[in-house]
Amino acid sequence: MTKNLPVLVLLLPLALAGCGGDSEAGAGDPEKLQVLAAASLTEAFTTLADDFETDHDGVEVELQFGSSTDLAETVADGAPGDVLATADETAMQIAVDADVTAEEPVVFAENQLVIVTAPGNPAGVESLDDLADVDWVRCADDVPCGRVALSLLDGAGVTAEPVSLEVDVKATLEKVATGEADAGLVYASDAVTAGDDVESVAIDGAQEVPAVYYLAPLAQSSDADLAGDWIELVESASGRQALEDAGFSSP
Amino acid sequence: MRDPLGRAPAVLLVPAALATALLVVPLAAMVAATTWSGLPAQLRSEPLREALWLSLTTATAAALICLVLGLPLAWVLARIDFPGRSVVRALVSVPLVLPPVVAGVALRTAFGRRGLLGEPILELTGFSFPFTTWGVVLSHVFVALPFVVISVEGAFRAAGREYDAAAATLGAGRWTAFRRVSVPLALPGIVAGLVLGWARALGEFGATITFNGNYPGTTQVMPNLIYVTRQSDQDAALALSLVMLLVSVAVLLLLRDRWLGTP
Repeated sequence: MTKNLPVLVLLLPLALAGCGGDSEAGAGDPEKLQVLAAASLTEAFTTLADDFETDHDGVEVELQFGSSTDLAETVADGAPGDVLATADETAMQIAVDADVTAEEPVVFAENQLVIVTAPGNPAGVESLDDLADVDWVRCADDVPCGRVALSLLDGAGVTAEPVSLEVDVKATLEKVATGEADAGLVYASDAVTAGDDVESVAIDGAQEVPAVYYLAPLAQSSDADLAGDWIELVESASGRQALEDAGFSSP
Repeated sequence: MRDPLGRAPAVLLVPAALATALLVVPLAAMVAATTWSGLPAQLRSEPLREALWLSLTTATAAALICLVLGLPLAWVLARIDFPGRSVVRALVSVPLVLPPVVAGVALRTAFGRRGLLGEPILELTGFSFPFTTWGVVLSHVFVALPFVVISVEGAFRAAGREYDAAAATLGAGRWTAFRRVSVPLALPGIVAGLVLGWARALGEFGATITFNGNYPGTTQVMPNLIYVTRQSDQDAALALSLVMLLVSVAVLLLLRDRWLGTP
């Protein structure tokens, strides 16, 4: 029997790691609200989380940002969470189809595409038509920001080809902010985040094809009231203000 | 079949079994999850053929460049005693342990349109690496070259100096000794190093996506295509991953005699 002791010692960390996951939900800890949100909501939701914690004594808001699709798939798999906020309907539908949303998802914000250029707009890109003359980038057709860009470009009859189809909107922004591309199509909220690194140019007709943001409480939430409070805060006047400051528009 | 040294101890066998499972289970799960009925259609799709062709050609180009540049460097590190040799070897090995995204950022800082070398190159020639197939080859060389140099250097060391000395007594200069003695002796190691570098280039994703972007036909290599496809179509991404798995297995079969054969 003692011969096998070293094996047990080796396996001990595994066993302890397993326990760690369980004890998190134990009583006595400060109450937690887990919000899973699209990466573009980082700034707005971080501000709102501070407000929420001020109003709810002893509650800790745990924010987890990522790709909407990835987050929706994780909660559909049963991962813990109280509220899910996605950057498009397709991603939210994954959660709805898996029956993990506790209520009908609501639309709480919209995000429009803008053209970003280097500061001072040296290439003189003023509209979608000007893209034909420069090296420009957008999101790939398969990701949400690419779908929005595609319908915007098709609607405007623009046939100019980008030099790169980026994997997500942050990568698109990065290519412009680092000067590798002359222009890029990103969400207004991303242009706000980038600050002085880029200049943003509004696109005619972008308000017709916005990215629509959905919010829903999750079935696996341990405190439905708290989840409801979060949704109320996001939809309140101060919630709208935080979203507008971050570049979003009201639905 | 009794081993005269006694039974293998469980303390070694259990972790060994766990290690094997850790490596095999995810790949087996991927194969099991693949929708085989959709596979033929996936394999015929234009994006896959374009990306696979681009991957194979850029990885091969990178391997050739690694041969032309890496073989001499490996020889210098193995045969020439010069001050700072260990520093050079350490510097050359850094990309081995660098996260690929960092490699992409480093390449951009050097060869981007505003990069240290990229800006003068752009001004002189009007050419810039990002968003071009040459940029893909450049990032492949950056990540693959250390593999080639380190393994070829080992091969040169194994084919010891004394053979060079023997050749010298017969009147061979260093170049002749390199060509006629060192390279033939180290050939299996050189080939293995090149295949390893080629495979590394084939799987390269982080540096490419950061430095070169992603466009079908010019910069969209297989890992890029898989990553982008995954966001909208899991089944297609699985099928594409399976193709990469098959290519990897093919590479291993090629190296079987070196790594998988019984000693």
